[in-house]
Amino acid sequence: MAALLTLHYDVPGDDFTRAGEASSDVKKKLKALGVDPEAIRKVAIAMYEGEINMVIHAHGGTVTVTVEPDHIQMVLADTGPGIPNVELAMTEGYSTAPDEVRNLGFGAGMGLPNMKKYTDDIHIDTELGVGTTVYMTVQI
Amino acid sequence: MTIAEIQTILNADFICGEEWRDHEVQTACGSDMMSDVLAFVKNQSVLLTGLVNPQVIRTAEMMDMVCVVFVRGKVPDSAMIALAQQREIALLTTPERMFTACGKLYAAGLGGGVKA
Repeated sequence: MAALLTLHYDVPGDDFTRAGEASSDVKKKLKALGVDPEAIRKVAIAMYEGEINMVIHAHGGTVTVTVEPDHIQMVLADTGPGIPNVELAMTEGYSTAPDEVRNLGFGAGMGLPNMKKYTDDIHIDTELGVGTTVYMTVQI
Repeated sequence: MTIAEIQTILNADFICGEEWRDHEVQTACGSDMMSDVLAFVKNQSVLLTGLVNPQVIRTAEMMDMVCVVFVRGKVPDSAMIALAQQREIALLTTPERMFTACGKLYAAGLGGGVKA
């Protein structure tokens, strides 16, 4: 069956103030589609954390959101440095973000844990020096 | 409690969104760490913070919050105000410090809500 909606975004890596624009747009479009508000909240938070991560660690990237009748998939791809230890990165409180990011209210080691918490499935493909792709699914 | 009552209790000024002054709010949270707000907050209507950057408004938006109170007299820039107006989020600024502002609202009956 064809997807109900496919959305694609470029996330700029050089402007922290713009992080979240894509998540905001997805939130609006899902609302217009009449998707369950709790599912929208989960998608918005998980994708927002992903956007912030891409800006902090990977100089930006791309996000593709596919809305299917029973689920929403988000694919966040970057060509950043890769994640050396995914298990460690998934631990609440573990962070490699610089202090200036903490001063902006992020970098507390909650990004990936939050993305896992708010999605029904998460899969991470990462290779050092090549990049990271995060696949997340929220059931609707 | 309404946003207008928050304004009175905290001796705060509206930066924008005064048209939503009669909006009812049930719960609030106070934090400068947006990751914690995203992780531990659910169904809160109001965010109190001393942090001033556009991600505060984005975080409030993602969490469906309707009001952000900046403590210690902080005032956001015009880009943040424009973003809040687009998202229909009321912005207030209070001279109170975070601890005092949270305490006053809690004592007046505004709860902390439930964990996400």
